[in-house]
Amino acid sequence: MAKFVILRLIQGIFVLLAIYAVTFFLVAATPGSPFSSERAIRPEILAQIEAFYGYDKPVGERFLTSLNNVLRGEFGPSAVYANRTVTEIIAGSFPVSLKLGSISLLVALLLGVPAGILAAVKKNTWLDYLPMSTAMAGICLPTFVMGPLLALVFGLILQLLPVAGWFGPEFVILPAATLGLYYAAYFARLTRGGMLEMLNQDFVRTARAKGVPEATIVWKHCLKGGLIPAITFLGPALAGIISGSFVVETIFQVPGLGQWFVRGALNRDDFLILGLTILFAALIVIMNLIVDILQVMLNPRLKYE
Amino acid sequence: MSDHSPAAVLGNEPAPQAFSAADITVEELEAGSSLWSDAWQRLRKNRLAIISLVIFVAVCLFCVIGPFLSPYNAESQDLLAGATAPSAAHPFGTDPLGRDLMVRVMEGGRISLLVGLIATLVSLMIGVVYGATAGYLGGKVDAAMMRFVDLLYALPFTIFVILLMVAFGRSLWLIFVAIGCVEWLSMARIVRSGVIGLKKQEFIEAAVSLGYSHSRIILRHLIPNVMGPVIVVATLTVPAVMLLEAFLSFLGLGVQPPNASWGVLINEGQQNMEILPWLLIFPAFFFALTLFCLNFLGDGLRDALDPKSAKD
Repeated sequence: MAKFVILRLIQGIFVLLAIYAVTFFLVAATPGSPFSSERAIRPEILAQIEAFYGYDKPVGERFLTSLNNVLRGEFGPSAVYANRTVTEIIAGSFPVSLKLGSISLLVALLLGVPAGILAAVKKNTWLDYLPMSTAMAGICLPTFVMGPLLALVFGLILQLLPVAGWFGPEFVILPAATLGLYYAAYFARLTRGGMLEMLNQDFVRTARAKGVPEATIVWKHCLKGGLIPAITFLGPALAGIISGSFVVETIFQVPGLGQWFVRGALNRDDFLILGLTILFAALIVIMNLIVDILQVMLNPRLKYE
Repeated sequence: MSDHSPAAVLGNEPAPQAFSAADITVEELEAGSSLWSDAWQRLRKNRLAIISLVIFVAVCLFCVIGPFLSPYNAESQDLLAGATAPSAAHPFGTDPLGRDLMVRVMEGGRISLLVGLIATLVSLMIGVVYGATAGYLGGKVDAAMMRFVDLLYALPFTIFVILLMVAFGRSLWLIFVAIGCVEWLSMARIVRSGVIGLKKQEFIEAAVSLGYSHSRIILRHLIPNVMGPVIVVATLTVPAVMLLEAFLSFLGLGVQPPNASWGVLINEGQQNMEILPWLLIFPAFFFALTLFCLNFLGDGLRDALDPKSAKD
């Protein structure tokens, strides 16, 4: 197991390097530059700005310099927000996103997984149709409809919760619910599928024939295997929650990471884009590793490879 | 579909009275036992999927034909009337510029559906050719191609779509291509695994020994045989694409005025939802309904085309 983890971590470092290269050249190949703005800048000043950020050198050399910096943990200055480094921006907003993201993920799992199990066990009854139709509705309603709706009902009509800002625990509830409900729907559908697959296995028929109580079949024989599809989705879900939280952050005015993804791309802030991409990719690599470990724990037929 | 097809005979339909082996020609036998007619039989029994199909077609017709039948058009404004609640003259109400919301929802639907279909086609073409090539060639080429796909999975693609839109302007065609370029990854994986399963089979060996070229084998023999899962993924890609377009519209990067997509309309609606709720309700309803139908249809198709579910 330790060997597997170390091997995968080394592999992950190479993946990150490759992603850094791909991103760097994609961004470099995109027309425009971070310094082109509506304001007319005198050419000599533009040249000076470009020299300051190293943009006067050829792409290959710029790549090596920036790679060298990143390996030493420096993502460079933001090209658009003067006097702020990318590291500062990330350090300021990542904890917010991590808190919001992990609570949302918890909401999603606590709602989605039990609903999926219930639907699978009570297949083709209203206990199946009701949660599954709700889940489908959750998938089909974009967060920018769900968010304002929740804000309207719980914030403005019932006056129960604050609708904007990030000042205390009660400010987490609405954004986490908006994000969490969307992913809860996915977890419910995946769990239902996984559980149904297990419940159709021959060993379940054997167990039923032996007179094993249904509860034991569900909780002891099928649960582990049935959770595998949902576990596999953890990686993409976390990535989506962190990068896709822009909408929720905008609606509820949360100072998280998602807004920087969008602002970085809108402003062509090359260093910020690179820093965020690497952070995002590192999160995915780590999540995938955790998912792989969990999968082996749940499914003894798999082995660490 | 002919009544003499074995699927009809073996299925739930009553068998034709006069039935002998001589009645069945070779063509009918092949047609009857094909994957497609079996799948159609199974799909027809899935009530939810069929209802979804009917509603989806109805929504498409509503959006495509509707604007011709309406007395209003999406641009005509009535600034003096302003935003009015739904009434007999304007079933969905009007927006603050006095434009009829029903026509705007129809026109928006045209664009949303168009984005969904064309971007899915783009992703389909890239994904199918890429996946089939990787699966067919195998070995080191396959490993390299699929590692590349794995790499792309770990990229936050919204950044690149936004970057593309900022760099190249906000044309509708760019939305198609940009979204299509993002959504082909799952398609490539599915096609590859399908092709790997197929290429060991005799008919591919036969094609190879007849000296057919690689491209002919891939295009004529392998790809047609993986169309089942491809259609399922495509059905599920359309809603994903529509959501992504709506997200871009939320950022102001999507469809530009005077055109509008459902995403644009929803975004406009949610800004005034406390006082003018109909501006959010109608576009969001049609958007959610379409996504609902496509998802159920995709699920139904998966059950119908997946041989494992044939046991049920």
